[in-house]
Amino acid sequence: MNAALPVLLLLTSLVAATATFFLPQESHRLRNLLNLGGAVLKLGLIAFMLIQVVQGTIYETRLEFAPGLYLLLRVDALSLLFVSLSAFLWLLTTIYAIAYLGNKPDLSRFFGFFSLCVAATTGIALSGTLISFFIFFELLTLSTWPLVVHKQDAKSIAAGRSYLTYALPASALLLIAIVWLESTVGPVEFAMPADLRQLDDTSLRIIFALFIAGLGAKAALVPLHGWLPAAMAAPAPVSALLHAVAVVKAGAFGVMRIVLDVFGLDLMAELGLALPLALLASVTILWGSARALQQTEIKKRLAFSTVSQVSYIVLGIALASPFAVIGGLAHLVHQGLMKITLFFCAGIFDERAGITRVDQLDGIGARMPWASVCFSLGAIGMVGLPPTAGFITKIYLGIGAVQAGAPWVIAVLAASTLLNAAYFLPLVYRIWFLEPGAAITAGDAPTERPLGLIAPAVITAFASVAVGLLAAATFSPLGWATLIAEREYLR
Amino acid sequence: MILSLALVALVAVPLLAALLAVVVPRRGALIALLGVAGIATALVVLVPALVRQGVLSLSIGGWNAPLGITLRLDGLGLAFLSMVATVMAAVLVSARPQFAARAGSGETRSQWAFWPLALLLWSALNVAFLSRDLFNLYVALELLTVAAVALVAIEGKAGSLAAGLRYMMFALAGSLAYLLGVALLYAGHGTLDLTLLAAQGIGSGRSGGTAAADLIAAGLITAGLAVKTALFPFHAWLPPAHSGAPAPASAMLSALVPKASFLILIRLWFEALPELASPVLLTLLGALGAAAVLFGSVLALRQSRLKLIVAYSTVAQIGYLFLVFPLAGGDSFAQPWAAGAWTGAVFQALSHGLAKAAMFLCAGVWIIAVGHDRLDGMRGLATATPMTAFAFALAAVSLVGLPPSGGFTAKYLMLTSAFASGQVVWGAVLVVGGLLSAAYLYRPLALAFAKADTPTFAPVSRRLQLVPLLLALAAITLGLASQTPFSLIQIGRPASAVEGLE
Repeated sequence: MNAALPVLLLLTSLVAATATFFLPQESHRLRNLLNLGGAVLKLGLIAFMLIQVVQGTIYETRLEFAPGLYLLLRVDALSLLFVSLSAFLWLLTTIYAIAYLGNKPDLSRFFGFFSLCVAATTGIALSGTLISFFIFFELLTLSTWPLVVHKQDAKSIAAGRSYLTYALPASALLLIAIVWLESTVGPVEFAMPADLRQLDDTSLRIIFALFIAGLGAKAALVPLHGWLPAAMAAPAPVSALLHAVAVVKAGAFGVMRIVLDVFGLDLMAELGLALPLALLASVTILWGSARALQQTEIKKRLAFSTVSQVSYIVLGIALASPFAVIGGLAHLVHQGLMKITLFFCAGIFDERAGITRVDQLDGIGARMPWASVCFSLGAIGMVGLPPTAGFITKIYLGIGAVQAGAPWVIAVLAASTLLNAAYFLPLVYRIWFLEPGAAITAGDAPTERPLGLIAPAVITAFASVAVGLLAAATFSPLGWATLIAEREYLR
Repeated sequence: MILSLALVALVAVPLLAALLAVVVPRRGALIALLGVAGIATALVVLVPALVRQGVLSLSIGGWNAPLGITLRLDGLGLAFLSMVATVMAAVLVSARPQFAARAGSGETRSQWAFWPLALLLWSALNVAFLSRDLFNLYVALELLTVAAVALVAIEGKAGSLAAGLRYMMFALAGSLAYLLGVALLYAGHGTLDLTLLAAQGIGSGRSGGTAAADLIAAGLITAGLAVKTALFPFHAWLPPAHSGAPAPASAMLSALVPKASFLILIRLWFEALPELASPVLLTLLGALGAAAVLFGSVLALRQSRLKLIVAYSTVAQIGYLFLVFPLAGGDSFAQPWAAGAWTGAVFQALSHGLAKAAMFLCAGVWIIAVGHDRLDGMRGLATATPMTAFAFALAAVSLVGLPPSGGFTAKYLMLTSAFASGQVVWGAVLVVGGLLSAAYLYRPLALAFAKADTPTFAPVSRRLQLVPLLLALAAITLGLASQTPFSLIQIGRPASAVEGLE
């Protein structure tokens, strides 16, 4: 039973994906049933495992390919953090996508690859070895491409090309890093840290750099972030997937695994790798924010904001002090909830009112109250005002920086917060306090219906506030991050 | 008894079917399917026996080598036989609409000739996989060349006739070199049987014959086989020949034919003459392979016709195979990493066969839909023929070496060997080659996914679309379930290397 559960967790989305490919366009009900059913089933399994893992259970499945090449699926506290986020958001994004796409063409292709992406993300979360991680990481790259080019127009094809131009060379670097490491120390399992000291310091540093470059393209670390704003050509549910459910998160999660489970915090410090990583994360945080400020398109602004926000996770891990690690881990979930809310709303603004630019938002609050409230909550969370999730992250990172003896990080956090405020608060101001522009007053009041479009945004918006308010609970992201940190890394 | 029968059947069934197809020309397609069934049955009988008893051999008529003809089936041979059988089954099914004689209409030359030629080719391949005698192998290669050249020129168009002629010139030169080398080897050692040659320990100093003569002989044989495998710089014949033939023929030519001469090279250097392999020679073969990877890929990037892209891709993919020589050949074969490289190369040959055949059959589907294979006509094909686009994408995943696929298993095994043995240069070739292949295969795929302005395509039957998808899935499955083929391939593998990397 314990061996079957990780496989089942993977199969919920894999089976949904495979079956969906073969459905004709017209069978909406069956397709929706498959995808929603898979997502609900997955959440159920996760809920069960969450309770078991608190009590100390570990689930493991092994699948041999060739000597030294095997797949290991392992459910531990860290993998559950990621998989529960992606499963929860998968359900909501599926509901949203069904409403958003309506009866547009190629639905079976869309939902098939969408579920495949989630399967790959689940695999990434559950991977117990480097090579398992790599296999699912590649599967994610491949299954995301058809979604990025889904509209099949010139802009989407260009976005898809840009995506692969970053992703494939990055994965080549990742593979080199893995093979280089494993050819000396043997297959690396996350749960049983290998003795990396068999390699000399220089090799280890190069390998680490290769790992960060390989994962950094997905995590959108500067200067490997260029594909992310370009990918805005894709439909809104895909943006949600890229920014919150799967892709960017997979990169950040990979950095966590490499730092925490492959190199380990001690070796990181010995080799002097922590500081460069923290600096890289800081540069990314500031650069992303600065670029976000320059964007006039809402989705582009959100994209650069993601570049900045995801690096909070990397920063927390790099600082390596207890509070910083906990803050970084928790931000994996916090950022997901807030950013997906913003993208859901941006999609509604675009789809229902034709709003794509910042200056078109004037006075939309009165016309589309629900979407506007949710968007505002997400934006406030991103800035880090209490009591939202973003506030919790920043406090923890700040304390962590002091603990780690790196007070300069506080300056980075402060500057980033100011920038966040500078590019998000004007939007909130426009939405609620400015008179509606000509475009909005002319037509009828734009609708936020059907329910499937607005309900997911409302849920994630309130969840992002709730995880801030209830941060002290065991099953809150912060509580869970504390559990992971205490159990695994801060003994 | 039944095992002997099955072993003989692997050679005899396609040969008899070829003859039958000549005698009863209007039933060519049916006869070919019977051939597929016969081979499949023989393989089903042989696999469990091989697993149980290890290497199987049969001396025909009871005459042992060097006098008689011996058929010997090891894991390596079985892997190639199975891959070829899978591809041939797919090709013969796909060829039916194009080459089956239709009632009422007159029979064309290509309809008459295709089936016997394809079956003859199959028989020659199987002989090459089962034979252990350099002269028998020569006969198999000649038979293979004749069938392959005829298939290139089967439509009788000016371009394909020229391509076929060019192919024949190269192949004959290769045969001459091979034959010369074989004669020298025979003069020095009095036998051409691979096992008996191995027993003499050629190159170790304790064998008869002079070292220089042995080296020249082996060099000539290797050069001849390299020409037939289209190793850089002897690849010039391949792209026009493979892209000029009709799609089902291209699939056989590109996916299968080079594998026979490559397998002989493997047997020659790893089984018969391991001690003759000097580091210089191994590095030279590796360097030519690396050049093929880079050169073939760059040329593939510059083509504007789909079939030419796929054909140049074969030049590049064959290059990977030759990296096995520096990674696992010579003295290093005793090292723990050698087994990985050797098995990786075999996986590369197998998965390339499946994926490349899938790709040419996809090209065939699209040629029917569009009328030509120029890239500019491909817009909108993914919407019109989604199954084919998916098949092409899956085949591309395997060729690029992305997981999970047979191509990835191959690349992983070879890459690990490269790093473990400190030969990082070959590892870099593998990685750069993978990226280049992603680049040249991305072009047609992205075009197929783009929206068409005026999407008017001829309809293509679903069966014709399904076949390449199944082949591409087989290439993926080779990676997902590598364990079984991995252990099968090890049966009868030249010993001395420890299994796998620990």
